[in-house]
Amino acid sequence: MLSDYEVAALVLSLKVSSIAVGVSLPFGVFFAWLLARFHFPGKTVLDGLLHLPLVLPPVVVGYGLLVAFGRRGVIGKLTNDLFGFTFAFTWQGAALAAAVMSFPLMVRAMRLSMEQVDRGLEQAARTLGASPLRVFFTITLPLVAPGVLTGVILAFARSLSEFGATITFVSNIPGETRTLPLALYTFTQIPGGADQAFRLCVISVILAMLALLASEVMARRIQKRLAG
Amino acid sequence: MLTVDVTRTQGSFQIECAFSSAAAGITALFGPSGSGKTSVINMVAGLTVPDGGKIMIHGRPVVDISAGVVLPMERRRIGYVFQDGRLFPHLTVMGNLRYGMGLTPAAERSIPLDAVIELLGIRHLLDRRPAKLSGGEKQRVAIGRALLTSPHLLLMDEPLAALDSNRKDEVLPFIARLPREFDIPILYVTHSMDEILRLADLLVLMEQGRSAAVGTVEDLLNRPDLRHLTGRHEPGAVLQGTVVAHEERYTLSRLMTRAGPLLVPRLDLAEGTAVRVRVLARDVSLAAERPIGLSVQNVYRGTISSLVDAEGPYVDVHLDCQGAPMMSRVTRRAVAELGIEQGRTVYAMVKGVSIARGAVGERP
Repeated sequence: MLSDYEVAALVLSLKVSSIAVGVSLPFGVFFAWLLARFHFPGKTVLDGLLHLPLVLPPVVVGYGLLVAFGRRGVIGKLTNDLFGFTFAFTWQGAALAAAVMSFPLMVRAMRLSMEQVDRGLEQAARTLGASPLRVFFTITLPLVAPGVLTGVILAFARSLSEFGATITFVSNIPGETRTLPLALYTFTQIPGGADQAFRLCVISVILAMLALLASEVMARRIQKRLAG
Repeated sequence: MLTVDVTRTQGSFQIECAFSSAAAGITALFGPSGSGKTSVINMVAGLTVPDGGKIMIHGRPVVDISAGVVLPMERRRIGYVFQDGRLFPHLTVMGNLRYGMGLTPAAERSIPLDAVIELLGIRHLLDRRPAKLSGGEKQRVAIGRALLTSPHLLLMDEPLAALDSNRKDEVLPFIARLPREFDIPILYVTHSMDEILRLADLLVLMEQGRSAAVGTVEDLLNRPDLRHLTGRHEPGAVLQGTVVAHEERYTLSRLMTRAGPLLVPRLDLAEGTAVRVRVLARDVSLAAERPIGLSVQNVYRGTISSLVDAEGPYVDVHLDCQGAPMMSRVTRRAVAELGIEQGRTVYAMVKGVSIARGAVGERP
């Protein structure tokens, strides 16, 4: 039903997006918690920095990543010297680009939900003998589960659709960085590729719908649990 | 055993509180809103830190500012029952009960799970989530959850304030039984006189951040000089008594007090139970001679010990009825016409129907 080419792009897209979301999740939770709970100097600046990928042209982010993580970039040189590895032109680089681009959405959803947690419940847990760390994992995190889930789904969807930063940072290499949107773009550039492009279009739509559906089902299940 | 002697400044508000309570019993912090009750309980809990002073729980200093001791709240061995329950919504009743219990080292668990479930009558609720519980059930679970950490002190911040009166009656008897059942002291914040009557052993009266008076419920509530704290609008005297008989035919209960027998609407207490009754001053009328042919059943002979001016046209007359206190609110005009004055013998009449159920409490 699907051609090898389509399967390869689909699998790569899923792999890149899963890794991007999975790796950025702990950081997302941390920054959401930091911004929801604390006032500190430079908070506005940090908030702005985290939101930057949301408002910048993706090409700018991609170029920035290339400058930083390319073989001659500040961080790229370091990783190359230490591990003999650079993010540029690899699928890991695609995941990094997706993670950066989707991070603001993830943090935003989680932060909103953390701001709504009843601090009284955390206080109650403290009086019952729980350390602050335990309170976070046994009370706060379960209570913000719906927000975390929303953040994950949004970030995953954003990662699946990531295009500009990816193509700038890691180029369009078949089997390595050619995710669904990049494959689709490629076909739009080839004469007679319209049918192929349309097929990829349908696959993208179905994938997005499935992701949304799954999030809805899970959100309902969590909500039901919290409401008894 | 709890000793508190702390000061703290919160903005322009000054808190100065000192009291010491015995091993197992309920110490009530009583006062109007904004008198500093919750501030004091929060310092004991460790939610806030006093500027100076000491707090000892179970013979152990949990706060000693001069020695630099301030234990974090999870190490104070206290249980805290909040006004709003604060059950964890993502856990079942059982999960809530076990939360703090699991964090208490097994060797220090002196209060068994089964006994708590039994006493609080929550066995049928164990699998439910908090959202499916009534207000009274939630509070019972919250009490159980706090108890199961086997605390050295239980703090309760107006645990009944959010409940309607039926739910209050559902929870109050459980609280009354806790100190003796589990040998635990309780610090109880309230602004309800009924709860004081039915629960408190020791009373700490709070006024503008200060502990204005500390003493037994009977002593403090009968003191004329504290009346502005114990009931400006509803002054009354507290009598000790014993349930001697129930008159089923009339659905009345007969109490014996030092002043004499007192008939009140039928109580749900066994004969022989020691009780406390609060008789409101406005429900007591006075007669110069022993009255005859009255519907009023409770008549006591007493000597006027003092007259205290109340607001408007009223005077509160304090009586000594064979050692029992009694208070009557009369008009200044009645004082003049009857010739009421200190030292005079009069007859106090109490209408039995005026004594509400909440005004009679089993004596702790």
